[in-house]
Amino acid sequence: MIAAGFALRRASSLEDALRLLAEGGEEAKALAGGHSLLPLMKLRLAAPETLVDIGRIEGLSYIREDGDRIAIGALTLHAEVERSELLAKRCRLLAETAAEIGDVQVRNRGTIGGSLAHADPNGDLPAAVVALDAEIVAVGPGGKRSIRAREFFRGFFETALAPDELITEVRVPVLDGAGSAYLKFNRRAQDWAIVGCAAIVRGEAETVAWTGVGSMPVLAEGDWRKAAAQLEPLGDLSGSAEYKRHLAGILAERALAQARA
Amino acid sequence: MGETWFLPCSHMSKREGEQFEGFQGESPQLPEAEVGVPQGKGIGTSTLRKEDAELIAGQGRYVDDIRLPGMLYLAFVRSPVAHANLGAIDAARAREIPGVVAVFTAEDLHFEAGVPCGSNPTGDARQPTRWPLARERVRMVGEPVAVVAAETRGAAADGAAAVEVDYDQLPVVVGSEEAVREGAPQLHEEAPGNLCCSIRYATDGFDEAVAGAEVVVRQRVINQRLTPVAIEPRGVVAQFQPSTGEVTLFTSTQVPHFVKTFVSVVIGTSEAKVRVIAPDVGGGFGSKLNTYAEEYVAVAASKALGGTPVKWTETRQENMLATIHGRDQVQDAELYATGEGRIVGLRLNVLANMGAYLQLLGPTIPHLTLFMATGVYDIPNYTCRIDCVFTNTTPTDAYRGAGRPEATHVIERLVDVLARRLDLDPVEIRRRNFIREFPATSPTGLLYDSGDYDKTLDRALELVGYDELRRDQAKAREQGKLVGVGLSTYVEVCGLAPSSVTKAIGVGAPGWESSTVRVHPTGKVTVVTGTSPHGQGHATSWSQIVETELGIPFDDVEVIHGDTAFAPYGLGTYGSRSLAVGGTALYHSLRKVKEKARKIVAHQLEIDPDDLEFEGGRFHAKGSPERGMTMAEVIGAAWSADNLPEGVEPGLEETTFFDPPNFTFPFGCHVCVTEVDRETGKVEISRYLAVDDCGRVINPMIVDGQVHGGVAQSIGQALFEETVYDEDGQCLTASLVDYMIPTAVEIPQIETERTETPTPTNPLGVKGIGEAGTIAATAAVVNSVCDALDVDHLDMPLQPERLWRVLQGLGEKPVEAGPLETKGGGTS
Repeated sequence: MIAAGFALRRASSLEDALRLLAEGGEEAKALAGGHSLLPLMKLRLAAPETLVDIGRIEGLSYIREDGDRIAIGALTLHAEVERSELLAKRCRLLAETAAEIGDVQVRNRGTIGGSLAHADPNGDLPAAVVALDAEIVAVGPGGKRSIRAREFFRGFFETALAPDELITEVRVPVLDGAGSAYLKFNRRAQDWAIVGCAAIVRGEAETVAWTGVGSMPVLAEGDWRKAAAQLEPLGDLSGSAEYKRHLAGILAERALAQARA
Repeated sequence: MGETWFLPCSHMSKREGEQFEGFQGESPQLPEAEVGVPQGKGIGTSTLRKEDAELIAGQGRYVDDIRLPGMLYLAFVRSPVAHANLGAIDAARAREIPGVVAVFTAEDLHFEAGVPCGSNPTGDARQPTRWPLARERVRMVGEPVAVVAAETRGAAADGAAAVEVDYDQLPVVVGSEEAVREGAPQLHEEAPGNLCCSIRYATDGFDEAVAGAEVVVRQRVINQRLTPVAIEPRGVVAQFQPSTGEVTLFTSTQVPHFVKTFVSVVIGTSEAKVRVIAPDVGGGFGSKLNTYAEEYVAVAASKALGGTPVKWTETRQENMLATIHGRDQVQDAELYATGEGRIVGLRLNVLANMGAYLQLLGPTIPHLTLFMATGVYDIPNYTCRIDCVFTNTTPTDAYRGAGRPEATHVIERLVDVLARRLDLDPVEIRRRNFIREFPATSPTGLLYDSGDYDKTLDRALELVGYDELRRDQAKAREQGKLVGVGLSTYVEVCGLAPSSVTKAIGVGAPGWESSTVRVHPTGKVTVVTGTSPHGQGHATSWSQIVETELGIPFDDVEVIHGDTAFAPYGLGTYGSRSLAVGGTALYHSLRKVKEKARKIVAHQLEIDPDDLEFEGGRFHAKGSPERGMTMAEVIGAAWSADNLPEGVEPGLEETTFFDPPNFTFPFGCHVCVTEVDRETGKVEISRYLAVDDCGRVINPMIVDGQVHGGVAQSIGQALFEETVYDEDGQCLTASLVDYMIPTAVEIPQIETERTETPTPTNPLGVKGIGEAGTIAATAAVVNSVCDALDVDHLDMPLQPERLWRVLQGLGEKPVEAGPLETKGGGTS
């Protein structure tokens, strides 16, 4: 449980961080809350040569209204998302999902940007941002771009982010008038989701997105039952593929019912 | 072994026409327990633990907090494969890493003997030698192959990662059933068929006696493999002094004196030169009731380094691979009964998975299952066969309850199955079979000291509102809800152990315990105990006993433990023994102090000693309370020594070595109410009630804490935990992400209640409570869920998917579904 040696570079600004990442090349990794990366390093499953600490960059921790969207800075803690009054009022789904991440210690260190960039196939936030059709704003040497959350996740721990890009902001739509819920099935409170389901109901329109049912979140709009039946989750110690597929259906049904209530 | 049936304890076995006395033997009749009214911070009060202020404030001193000047750090190179011939070990690259000082393999370190095993239940058990560093062959993932010493922990880890080892892989066997099949991969030449030993027992004429039984229920019960997961992993700081040959070893252990003895044997040095210190120890649950390869390697490494001290701190992953595991029994049981549900016989066959090697107690653990499998029931005929087998897995050994949870679980499951067969309420089947006369001789010759099983059952039913619960359950069922009620009525054996019995059952250590009471001139008291607490609160309970017995305030008592240089030899803390054996040793030392004090008072006041009374910390003449001496005055007189009676030595210091005449047998009744989510299979415990009887209680709060912890761990086994290997012998649950210990969120409110039936085995009347929770609770939970699903049996852990499959009728018979899925394929 001792990580291999690495260089720690502390970025003072976004520009500084991008420069340090570029210098480090393939062997450099950005470090925010560290709650996903550091355990992997301690198990020596990851051994980056350079860690670029972005935790002290100013101006990347905020939750604010921006037109019909709510903008959340990449370094905003899960705990802040969980407790945000603005989100509770206008995009409850995100706050509710953040409250389900890990335990209190994790939520007090982990960041929204770090969690999305890490793209754990059993993470909670990916399901929520996909259901919400959020935008993920990234900057890199080529400048700033906005990526649809629905196009952001590419596979196991893989995203559309280039190695020299950093997430700066997550933009979620306001859900005024719509119902929503995030339900997570796990065996212990602080665990990753075995299967998780984010649901949004706008009038008759039902949107669900699952986590834990494959290498990345799966979106279903319209006939979610058919989508659930076609899921191909990976069987592992936490459950067989068949059971997880079953859970996806049950959770969607329950989440939608809760969203309607 | 042929046809000879080995009787586990031959001097106790029934022979034709012979009455037998059980374990009590020739021991003197001890007085009935003296139960007094709780006073001050004395016996019977829920006094806050004196250990806690320091521990809670982070001021504890664990092995990892100890730093010696010039100390190097060790990291082990461990086998990544489950079975292989060892080829070349190339440490050249490791030695080049900055900070690495040395790399040692088995060739570089000298050991006089392998890691000791103190268990031979049959007299012919195969005990293959296990060298602290592997020689020629590795037989489990995590087996130490080499060790790196470096200036920093990081450099040591880098060094270990850089050592290159050639492994010539061999076929692997993981499950005990596979291990005994013909053609199975063989682990040890000296153990053909992978058999360590076959323990067999039968009452006379078993087959004839059960032949006429009207009802027979059969059940296969899997008691799955578990990982103990103490919060503090193991750790060692060792220094060998070349000039004198002295060894100082700090180690996170439950048994410092055993470690001292064995280090002297394995390293080859005088035991008088070995000092072992167990500082604060952060939990053990039996996993530190052992001596381990790393302890010997650390001492040998310090020796090889010319006396440089070394430290090793186990990582969590190492803890889950290289520290012992627990349970792992496959049990086939048959219960024979009359049509009215009167049990006439039990047949139990067990395959016990020992893992790759024997650790300290190996086959003794299932041997305890053999002794306790008839439970609280009057079962006249009993036969049991336990085959202990080797596999390419981590060794199993004592884990909280150690053989008795396996016993309670199987008998309490079988009794419920019998009740279902006869359409009787689980309460009724129990009432028809309880043992009611005490002391009671069990079919294996144990003498149950005292008990009142109806009393704990009645109290539990009353508190839980059993009849109403059943009515609520019927209503819930009408609404389609899956609600279940489960009972576990248990008895356990603790207070380990009478030394004549440990000898008779093939345990290579006695069962007595020691204490010294040292009264200082200022009236303060030091108690030195041979027990070795690691969370149990002995310092508190021992101080309470001193306050009650000597009248010296609780806060004036210091309890020292865990340092072999200070303490008389002691056997340590395990088997819920510390209070019943070590506490009794303390009681006797206190009595000796008191008797000496009485003589001094009598002499100084010129009164006959028999005419003195002791009250509130003061001796006085019967009938004239003004004529007396306080304890403080007596202590002063013993110290100044100018006016002592003839033949009385100065000072007040007494030591006792106490060997218990019998075990103690705590008992109780646990009730669990569950609801199962029909759609997901998830279990929710809506109510958990424990009524325990551990004899006289010294500190009710500590007893409640022990029950809470034990029940939580047992709920862990029932619902969450399982150590899983894939077919290549890779442990799939070697992290706390995959090995599911429950957290506070998953554990329900636990209601506790007690009855007090003192034991006649010791003058305090105390029995022991450390393991009762883990021994009782799995059966209560599983019985409850079986009731909810209306099925005969379910194997643990009750994962949601397992229950969902049963509910879907998709699975095989639930009986078989468990082990095949999880032990073979790796997914479940």
